[in-house]
Amino acid sequence: MRHNFPHPMDLNTLKQTATQVRRDIVRMVYAVQSGHPGGSLGCADFMVALYFEVMKRKPGFDMDGIGEDIFFLSNGHISPVFYSVLARTGYFPVSELATFRKINSRLQGHPATHEHLPGVRIASGSLGQGMSVACGAAFAKRLNKDEHLVYSLHGDGELEEGQNWEAMMFAAHHKLDKLIATIDVNGQQIDGPTNKVMNLGSLSDKFNAFGWHVLEMDGNDMEAVLKGLAAAKAASGKGKPVCILMHTVMGKGVDYMEGTHEWHGSAPNEKQLEVALAQLPETLGDY
Amino acid sequence: MLQDIKPLNEKETRAGFGEGIAEAGRRNPNVVALTADLATSLKLNQFMKDFPDRFIQCGIAEANMIGIAAGLTIGGKIPYTTTFANFSTSRVYDQVRQSVAYSGKNVKICASHAGLTLGEDGATHQVLEDIGMMKMLPGMTVIVPCDFNQTKAATLAIADYQGPVYLRFGRPKWPNFTPEDQKFEIGKAQVLAEGTDISIFACGHMVWLAVEAAKILAEKGISVDLINIHSIKPLDEEAIIKSIKKTGCIVTAEEHQINGGLGDSIANVASRHCPAPHEYVAVQDTFGESGTPMQLLQKYGLTKENIVAAAEKALARK
Repeated sequence: MRHNFPHPMDLNTLKQTATQVRRDIVRMVYAVQSGHPGGSLGCADFMVALYFEVMKRKPGFDMDGIGEDIFFLSNGHISPVFYSVLARTGYFPVSELATFRKINSRLQGHPATHEHLPGVRIASGSLGQGMSVACGAAFAKRLNKDEHLVYSLHGDGELEEGQNWEAMMFAAHHKLDKLIATIDVNGQQIDGPTNKVMNLGSLSDKFNAFGWHVLEMDGNDMEAVLKGLAAAKAASGKGKPVCILMHTVMGKGVDYMEGTHEWHGSAPNEKQLEVALAQLPETLGDY
Repeated sequence: MLQDIKPLNEKETRAGFGEGIAEAGRRNPNVVALTADLATSLKLNQFMKDFPDRFIQCGIAEANMIGIAAGLTIGGKIPYTTTFANFSTSRVYDQVRQSVAYSGKNVKICASHAGLTLGEDGATHQVLEDIGMMKMLPGMTVIVPCDFNQTKAATLAIADYQGPVYLRFGRPKWPNFTPEDQKFEIGKAQVLAEGTDISIFACGHMVWLAVEAAKILAEKGISVDLINIHSIKPLDEEAIIKSIKKTGCIVTAEEHQINGGLGDSIANVASRHCPAPHEYVAVQDTFGESGTPMQLLQKYGLTKENIVAAAEKALARK
């Protein structure tokens, strides 16, 4: 397993790491005046817990990921949180975060394999494709007799894309029980609250009806995230794919960004950056 | 020699795919077959019988199937997706673009029932735009074999090639005339007959019709350089330039729209290296309809007579 940080990490260290990741997110988006801070901030606790504590990962990076847990980001627009966590777990230098969305960078606006950024296994950005890819990877693990888990993350608004429901049927039909798909339920999308744009109804009922094992957790409470992921792991391997409905606040950690779709895809100005960074103390050192 | 080209028998190109994938499965344990409820149409029976664990039924959900295939490559599998050509391309273009082509995944998109010769099902199923769509994707290899034996050989060859591939074949029984033991080389044009008056480039089912057309032209004293372009991409530019420089005029024949297909690929090469009069035998920017394959080829201008007429027209423009 990869360690460039103490392991296991205590709760406080994980929280501090998430704060630094949030700081990275805001600074990255500010630097290029583009990108998606809202969903990135909301998923920071989950991504830190997953990569720093929960996933069993091999040192280095190889595309096939045989013999380790692997992760797919389906809602690729929250690339800032993905890049920050990948850099801070050692997949590439933290200094490279400064190249986010700039010309000749491996850190594309949406994650890509095309520039060979370690840690990324599929391009995402056009929504709704990641669950299928995660299912395929879980199927490959089964064929390879590899017992490791496949994790994926999806937006709630992203579930409006029909391909997800094809993948949900597929996962249950083929009993892909090593798959743990987390849905970031923040209730927001570009044009407004999800229940106004396209009401998703009860996601719990829907995933249950599709034959999944469904769990719910608070995605912005590190302790709850760790417990939720532990429960998901315990539920894996029992014949059903596992879904975590993760309740988060979009923009979590920066007060003026919290709970509104306004910060889905907008960058802070200089003054707003100062306000944000004052709320996010530097814990691991800025890039 | 042109006169020596004769059908060994008549077989469906899709059946060549079925035999090819079963053999690919025997040769390589990483080969996996996926389908979207069309296993029988794609002739997967033997593969399913021999390798039930490596057959993945996706149901009528092609977009998901493409994503599943992309995911399977992460873990070293070589997935072959199987459905009709329309549902392999236009139905799933963004999935192919992002999850397969842009992501550089080793997925083999195997597409049957391409073109008008699908027949009675009509225009909803007769994709005539797929070569254009697929060749435009960076990194995508596009293969259109001409008969049963070549489809089988191509199906085997793509397993050994690392990268995304679109393999296009068809539904009807069709003259099978290339050697059974042929080596299929991706990116290499196949010169079927050497001639000096006109270059005819064809792909897929149209290659046999081009053979017949060349024989008619030979009787008229016209010597045809006849080339099967089974690899639309990568394209064998060297062979194409060599032929056009020799003959000075061009006919292209394809079961595809006039826009974006083989003809445009050849025109692209010719315009940069060796401009020459060029006539297209292709569907003229219209949708197909129901009918028998032969009725449709006739109505939409894709017969050996059309190729002969196009050749005479191109020759007159020299």
